Amino acid sequence: MRPPGRGRPGDPGPPRRPVRLLLTILIPAAALLGLAAPALAGAVVPAVTQETIPVDGTLRNADGTFLSGVTVEALDSGGRQVDQTRTDAQGRWELAVPAAGTYTFRIDPESLPPGTELLQGEVTRDIAEDRLSVVIFRFGEEGEGLDTSTASQVLRLLVDGIRFGLVIAITAVGLSLIFGTTGLTNFSHGEIVTIGAVLAWTVNVTLGVQLIWATLIAIVLGAGFGALNELGLWRPLRRRRVGLIAQLVVSIGLGIALRYAVLIFFGGRSEPFVDYTSQIARSYGPIALTDKDLTTIIVSIAVMIGIALLLQRTRIGKAMRAVADNRDLAASSGIDVDRVVLFVWMLGGGLATLGGVLFALSELSSTVYWEMGFRLLLLMFAGVILGGLGTAYGALLGCLIVGVVVQLSTLVLPVDLKYMGGLAVLIVILVFRPQGLLGSRARIG
Amino acid sequence: MIDFSVLLTNSLAQLVGTSAVFYALLALGLNVHFGYTGLLNFGQIGFALVGGYGMGIAVTRFGFPLWGGVLFGMACGAALGVLLGIPTLRLRADYLAIVTIAAAEILRLVTRSTSQTDLTGGTQGLTGYADAFTAANPFDRPEYSYLGVGFVRTELWAICAGWTAVALCVLLLWLIVRSPWGRVLKAIREDEDAARALGKNVFAYKIQSLVLGGVMGALGGIFYALSVQSLTPDFWSPPQTFFAYCALILGGAGRVLGPVIGAMLFWAFLSFADGLLRQATGGTDPLIGFIDTQDVGAIRFVLVGIFLVLLMVYRPQGIFGNRREMTLDAR
Amino acid sequence: MPADEAVRAALAGVAPEPGAAKPDPILVVDDVTRAFGGLKAVDVAHLEIQRGAITGLIGPNGAGKTTLFNLLTGFDRPGSGRWRFDGRPLHGLAPHRVARRGVVRTFQLTKALAKLSVLDNMRLGAPKQTGESFFGALLTPWGRQEKANTEKAHELLVRFQLDAKADDLAGSLSGGQRKLLEMARALMMDPTVIMLDEPMAGVNPALTESLLRHVKSLRDDGMTVVFVEHDMDVIRDISDWVVVMAQGTVIAEGPPEALSSNKDVVDAYLGAHHDRALEFDAEGNPIGETAELVTEMESVELGVDPSQTPTAQSVGLDRPDRGERT
Repeated sequence: MRPPGRGRPGDPGPPRRPVRLLLTILIPAAALLGLAAPALAGAVVPAVTQETIPVDGTLRNADGTFLSGVTVEALDSGGRQVDQTRTDAQGRWELAVPAAGTYTFRIDPESLPPGTELLQGEVTRDIAEDRLSVVIFRFGEEGEGLDTSTASQVLRLLVDGIRFGLVIAITAVGLSLIFGTTGLTNFSHGEIVTIGAVLAWTVNVTLGVQLIWATLIAIVLGAGFGALNELGLWRPLRRRRVGLIAQLVVSIGLGIALRYAVLIFFGGRSEPFVDYTSQIARSYGPIALTDKDLTTIIVSIAVMIGIALLLQRTRIGKAMRAVADNRDLAASSGIDVDRVVLFVWMLGGGLATLGGVLFALSELSSTVYWEMGFRLLLLMFAGVILGGLGTAYGALLGCLIVGVVVQLSTLVLPVDLKYMGGLAVLIVILVFRPQGLLGSRARIG
Repeated sequence: MIDFSVLLTNSLAQLVGTSAVFYALLALGLNVHFGYTGLLNFGQIGFALVGGYGMGIAVTRFGFPLWGGVLFGMACGAALGVLLGIPTLRLRADYLAIVTIAAAEILRLVTRSTSQTDLTGGTQGLTGYADAFTAANPFDRPEYSYLGVGFVRTELWAICAGWTAVALCVLLLWLIVRSPWGRVLKAIREDEDAARALGKNVFAYKIQSLVLGGVMGALGGIFYALSVQSLTPDFWSPPQTFFAYCALILGGAGRVLGPVIGAMLFWAFLSFADGLLRQATGGTDPLIGFIDTQDVGAIRFVLVGIFLVLLMVYRPQGIFGNRREMTLDAR
Repeated sequence: MPADEAVRAALAGVAPEPGAAKPDPILVVDDVTRAFGGLKAVDVAHLEIQRGAITGLIGPNGAGKTTLFNLLTGFDRPGSGRWRFDGRPLHGLAPHRVARRGVVRTFQLTKALAKLSVLDNMRLGAPKQTGESFFGALLTPWGRQEKANTEKAHELLVRFQLDAKADDLAGSLSGGQRKLLEMARALMMDPTVIMLDEPMAGVNPALTESLLRHVKSLRDDGMTVVFVEHDMDVIRDISDWVVVMAQGTVIAEGPPEALSSNKDVVDAYLGAHHDRALEFDAEGNPIGETAELVTEMESVELGVDPSQTPTAQSVGLDRPDRGERT
């Protein structure tokens, strides 16, 4: 008997939750090797299965609203229709194809709501049996798409960028302060963001609490989660004198574990909040903003001012700055460093939660998904390094720049590359000003 | 019921399987970076990506012969090393970590971007570059069996080619780390200022290290691309690098054979855990009912994460390492 | 005439004042400044170092001695300034180039490479190794050169009484032995000028004598020695010439005997002379702004940012435990 399904480097990534994996033995491995997709190593691929393979997706207009009642069909390589369906109220559709192979998925333009501009209504894909197949259709701007002037487009992207930058900044303040006070480069910070957003989602959707209250509850829980991180892991590690680089690797391990734990308990789909899922943009002079976008901006600015006041005016804030400045000096002048660090973790956890909710509301069409924090993490790092690692105000400035660059980059880059702009800024800044915009000149290494 | 004989043969196959080869090559490169030079490269999968795609694109789009594609892929790995090294190698270690992981993500985003479909195949991927590799397969029986473990001929061919590549890399490393060149690398890992004070051009050595390890990573990507015969962008995601780190630390960083043994054990262990979980959760009357079989893949990642944390905290020197000589508590 | 007498004779005619011209200077420093934030750590108008002499560089904590060392050896970048070595400009060179020119330094915190053997530490010091280039290591027969370097290393290890430890990891050596190893390793480079940063700091008093003897023997072999020290007695014992720094500037120079009577030097050590008072607590540890300045300068010496210095042990200061963050 031959052990099944071996010999494939592991499936890394996104939630291709193996669909209906049966514990069957054997598939001629030759056929297996010929498949397009990397199988889960060690996973078992269904034998000569006659079951259909599901393919799904969600239709969402460029402004984020779901498109319901749209006809989607699947055609095999010979052009024969193998399945057809209509999207539900959440824009979701699911089709079944009979076997692995190449299929074309097509939207019937007639069934689209009037005014919807379809950029790509036909997608040809290789469908494999052992992975989740999601097909994405692209829609353009509703109505105004083509006749907007470049100036107003730039203005709109600028506002989007500032909004996005503020959201990144809210999540990244914690990252920067934790780095400043403990030296830890925390690669699991993105998961705090995700978990915060998931907590808010749970309170909102499962417990039925209105989102604003749900967010407040989640912020408290998120602060608690930050404290748990510090007390349960990082403080003991510092006591053990685990080196900073070892701590960095530990944070990566923790990040992976948390991220996939979220995948297990939350699932691999984007799940919407109950409230504020679709809003109509209002015009404010040349720019148009939805209420939730405007709220995101106002809340972010208010929180930032709050953080600035906290750092400048309060005892604990001054203590934080002192510890970040010089830990030993702070300790020797009577500051309880452990307490300050704990506070920083709680603050960071709470802010990450708030940032997670705002990120979901403003950038993810009010949905939460398991990898959202990790996707944001690199942009947070970019912003924090850009501003100067360990400086709170630098983080704000850097994140704003990253947000704006990300949004403005869509002027020249395809939309699916927009995060690249933010990351590229990171590399560029390291070449010319490694200490960051607000960091002081000191030899770094 | 759990069928342990299947689990064991499956795990045994994983010891030498294509996954072990892939992660061994990645981890060998990381060993040069991290184990010998102390460089934190968290974007090793990016090096593998440029290797695999470099070869695939050269062969399918520009009509290179396979060997030319392989060389081109390796050259891409080297070029990425230089490109990433110049801005970051003068900076603190964690900057390199962040930049490399960011660069790897950029590369993945670019390869999957619809704007690059003509070049990389976008999300649909790239195929049709491996014909020469398939044609060169010297095994003619459809299936071979050793010690109760069966191999299909295509797989056996990939495994043989892969382990040959691993062996060559190990030989090269064995020669080079024993040389004065390797001594300088270790000195940089220990204390780069000391190396500078002794007249060593630390920056140049770091670039060389990044390039050498990067080429090994690229080789891993080339191997993977040849063994599965198709390239899909989302395979090349950050967790792959972390897997390779697990393998490296498990086997012991700073030892020539550490990453190879680590990759074999790591992957065998993972596939054992995976198979066990699948058997325990699957079937009509699952042993563990509350976990869905389709969550097993994710549980595996959780285990890897926890494993990495525990390894780093309790045995940073790896399973065979000696704490006195361990190299991971740097700075 | 023995080396020390010859040097003393040559220096006899030099005026004991800051910036004095020497009969045969090997290092000439002009207008070097380095500021951290608003604080000037180094501001040296002119300084000459006599060839073949042992020059002691002294001054209270925070006087800028180590910073000056870092600047001269390329480990730190000055705000301004020029310096020449043997008539050739040395400023602006990367540290490894400075070392290859023949100006080799040691560090206040020993930088023995803990996970390399003592012998490998030594062999690392040898210059111009063909096996140190990537292709050289693979394609050239570097074995013979390695053998010669090993022999030279063994000779030096014997001279520094470390031969018994040759195959041990350098991390297993005591603090004093590490200092010796670092000095021996520097000699593998056949330096012209050797700059020792507090060679006696943290060394068991029993070893101090032998360390001092070794420093003297370097001069007797024809090397120029510059060393930083804050213990006046040590300086008096072995220096041919002493340079006193305080607050980043050279406040006095002269033969060691002349210094204890110099009012500026006494003031500097007693802290009576400061425009910007340096603050120390009862145990002589710097506090307040002074401590910040010192930390900043140390961290530059270590090549890291002060806010996340994970290094244990302060430099030249017995500060309370800085552990915890390692």
